[in-house]
Amino acid sequence: MTSFFLNGKSVSVDEDPSTPLLWVIRDSLGLTGTKFGCGMALCGACTVHLDGAAIRSCVAPLSRVAGKHVTTIEGLSSDLSHPLQRAWIEVDVPQCGYCQSGQIMSAAILLKENPKPTDKDIDEAMSGNICRCGTYPRIRRAIHRAAELGVEKRTS
Amino acid sequence: MSAASARIPRRDFLKNSAAIGSGLCIAAYIPELAARTSGNPPSSGAVFAPNAFVRIAPDESVTIIANHSEMGQGVYTSLPMLLNEELEADWSKIKVEAAPVNAAYNHTAYGLQMTGGSTTTPSEWERFRKMGAMARLMLVDAAAQKWNVPASECTVEKGVVLHKSSGRKATYGSLVAAASQLRPPADIPLKDPKQFTLIGKPVRRLDTPSKTNGTAQFGLDVRLPGMLFALVARPPVFGGKVVSFDASEALKIKGVRVVEQIPSGVAVIATAFWPAKLGREKLKITWDDGENAHLSTPQMIADFSKQSASPGAVARKTGDPSAALSSAAKSITAEYDVPYLAHAMMEPLNCVVDLRADSCELWTGTQFETVDRANAAKTAGLAPDKVKLNTTLLGGGFGRRANVASDFVVEAVHVAKVAKAPVKVIWTREDDLAGGWYRPMWHDRFAAGLDASGNPIAWTHTIVGQSILTGTAFEPYGVKDGIDSASVEGAADLLYGIPNLQVDLHTPKIDVPVQWWRSVGHSHTGFSVESFFDEVAHAGGKDTCELRRTLLASQPRMLAVLNLVAEKAGWGKPLAPGRGRGIATHFSFDSYVAQVIEASVEKDGTVRVHRVVCAVDCGRTVNPDIVKSQMEGGIVFGLTAALKTEITLENGRVQQHNFYDYPMLRMFESPEIEVHIVPSEQSPTGVGEPSVPPVAPALTNAIFAVTGKRIRRLPIRASDLAAGSESKS
Repeated sequence: MTSFFLNGKSVSVDEDPSTPLLWVIRDSLGLTGTKFGCGMALCGACTVHLDGAAIRSCVAPLSRVAGKHVTTIEGLSSDLSHPLQRAWIEVDVPQCGYCQSGQIMSAAILLKENPKPTDKDIDEAMSGNICRCGTYPRIRRAIHRAAELGVEKRTS
Repeated sequence: MSAASARIPRRDFLKNSAAIGSGLCIAAYIPELAARTSGNPPSSGAVFAPNAFVRIAPDESVTIIANHSEMGQGVYTSLPMLLNEELEADWSKIKVEAAPVNAAYNHTAYGLQMTGGSTTTPSEWERFRKMGAMARLMLVDAAAQKWNVPASECTVEKGVVLHKSSGRKATYGSLVAAASQLRPPADIPLKDPKQFTLIGKPVRRLDTPSKTNGTAQFGLDVRLPGMLFALVARPPVFGGKVVSFDASEALKIKGVRVVEQIPSGVAVIATAFWPAKLGREKLKITWDDGENAHLSTPQMIADFSKQSASPGAVARKTGDPSAALSSAAKSITAEYDVPYLAHAMMEPLNCVVDLRADSCELWTGTQFETVDRANAAKTAGLAPDKVKLNTTLLGGGFGRRANVASDFVVEAVHVAKVAKAPVKVIWTREDDLAGGWYRPMWHDRFAAGLDASGNPIAWTHTIVGQSILTGTAFEPYGVKDGIDSASVEGAADLLYGIPNLQVDLHTPKIDVPVQWWRSVGHSHTGFSVESFFDEVAHAGGKDTCELRRTLLASQPRMLAVLNLVAEKAGWGKPLAPGRGRGIATHFSFDSYVAQVIEASVEKDGTVRVHRVVCAVDCGRTVNPDIVKSQMEGGIVFGLTAALKTEITLENGRVQQHNFYDYPMLRMFESPEIEVHIVPSEQSPTGVGEPSVPPVAPALTNAIFAVTGKRIRRLPIRASDLAAGSESKS
């Protein structure tokens, strides 16, 4: 049995500790917002937060998260109120949408650590996430917009 | 063959089919059919379902049934926009659901339920508006009868019928029962486009919220009670077979339930994905490689080049190209190569099957419902009406999910037969990249003759590459006189006015499965034709944009697009040091696109793409922001093909495995993109694909402008451009 916190709730799973967190979240715990894209930490579709850092859940063994806090896209906000979600909707970023959970989870850490990122900061933080539909220009715009919304939120 | 008949196979291949035409629209008018399509009818009474495409409930919700798949191109927003332009319901009440498989939902030109060929809007432009208008007319009639006033005195606003002189109002929801009693009107007039209030507006996509909080349901997310998970070990060489296998180690993995041979390989079926994957790694399989273990990419390129030295089957001939070539003041020749390409959708292929004794239900993200259901039924040994196929959201399609053999669906039904439980077959990234059904590799050989003033007077183009349609059920519709129209599209329908012209084709038979891939044949002809055209302009001492203008004089729509892109990109104006500009145009899917790319090349040969300016004429736009996003996406897709990807074979084995050796363009490489739409009152044309073909040539033409080096094979290699590498021009 491995126990950890998923989106703030304590969960316990009886899986081999070497099982990648991605499949524990999807197959054992039934949260499917976190996506499988490559299985090798190459595309970022599986990005989640582990104690406040972005990790690729497809290569993180379950044993690594024991006792820790994991946040998935489902835990980002309960009502689409996160500045990134608002910006994503305003800019209409997604096309097929499959990679967007991972994009947003990567961007969330970027903004947490750097509330006003430059284009270069965005390049560095977001280049681990692939979008085959080619939404990069809109992701960039939406991150800048989310930064503005985040500032508005803090000052309002 | 005329230019018109040589283009766009998917638009043509079923045009002559008896399946199309009469019957389709009639089926769409049968209320019973529409009622049957409701997945979750509201419990609060009757639903008004005047046709197969819309349902209105007493709670005011309006459900629009989308017969085309949402794979990112925005049809779950644009189709409701078309319907609601006429229905005039409250846009905030609109919901979308995927259509079941039924002839009522067939593509209006192809006679199949499918999504492809950049044709969703052209297919539904009129039908969806009519379906909306039909519902509105009936709701207005219901209100007018209730109030005993002429329908002509009633108006509609945001889902409310109004009778202004008496002040009476009725919401659509309140009219559901009464409208359901009425017969559909025989005559359904449509608005004059000048009255459009929704079409042409940058309305926000309806699917965005669900794609920002993890609730969007893709095929991979489907979960049934008691469902098992399967991976399949497939042969390392196309056409290979299992000789024998040893499952003993695989079966020792906790969670692995079944290991069985199926026609395409060996299925490992487990309680979750991970044990299935571990189990597959432990399988010991002896393969018979079959006939194709000799295939190697360098040899195939050499073979293609050799074939191209003699003309093939003639797709288009104008004037006397050989005489014109021999009398030309100057002539140039060139050969171009492009590789096999995988679609690499972010969501790997998958299919869920619940196979019972007398029925079968499937869930998958597909572009090819009619074909998939028929193939699933055949595989299951059931009548098609015993097979229910549920279309989920697609995590990218790009053509891969419209497979003529329904490969990923048929295989999943075979797995379900041995799983004896509901099962989800998942492909890994490695399975997807090695799994075939690629964009064909192509070789193009050109010759051009120029007159003394540098104007092209002769153009010959010999194409070598596999046929997508030959040998499939669609061959009769797309292949004529040995020419697959997909092989010559974008070449045989060249828009430039060159008086002596020949385009011909060799179609080698190779057992690597090939398929349409975003922009299909145009994905290679766009590159080769527009690059060679650039070579011709340089050989004649002409400005590359100006020569295009001259030779497009009789093509007003392309000329307008070209002029717009040249103006917006600042063609001819000074550039930052070290940068070059390239230009390209391409006509595909009935749309006109031109692009200018600014690029630079670093000393080690690394290409930097700084800016892409794109102009498009796709007729009237339903949603200009979606058009822009499709242009942006197609440009990134085209840059990946130009700069990054190739599928190669050695000893019959695919050499690429995952994104480390089949890399995608990433954020830091993504240029500034600007899209300009030419205003138009023409009928809408394709949007999903037409921005892909001009990308590679606009880039390689920019590279030539800045380095003097001509790129004639994709992907562009730094080694071809590094300081000290020889100029090839």
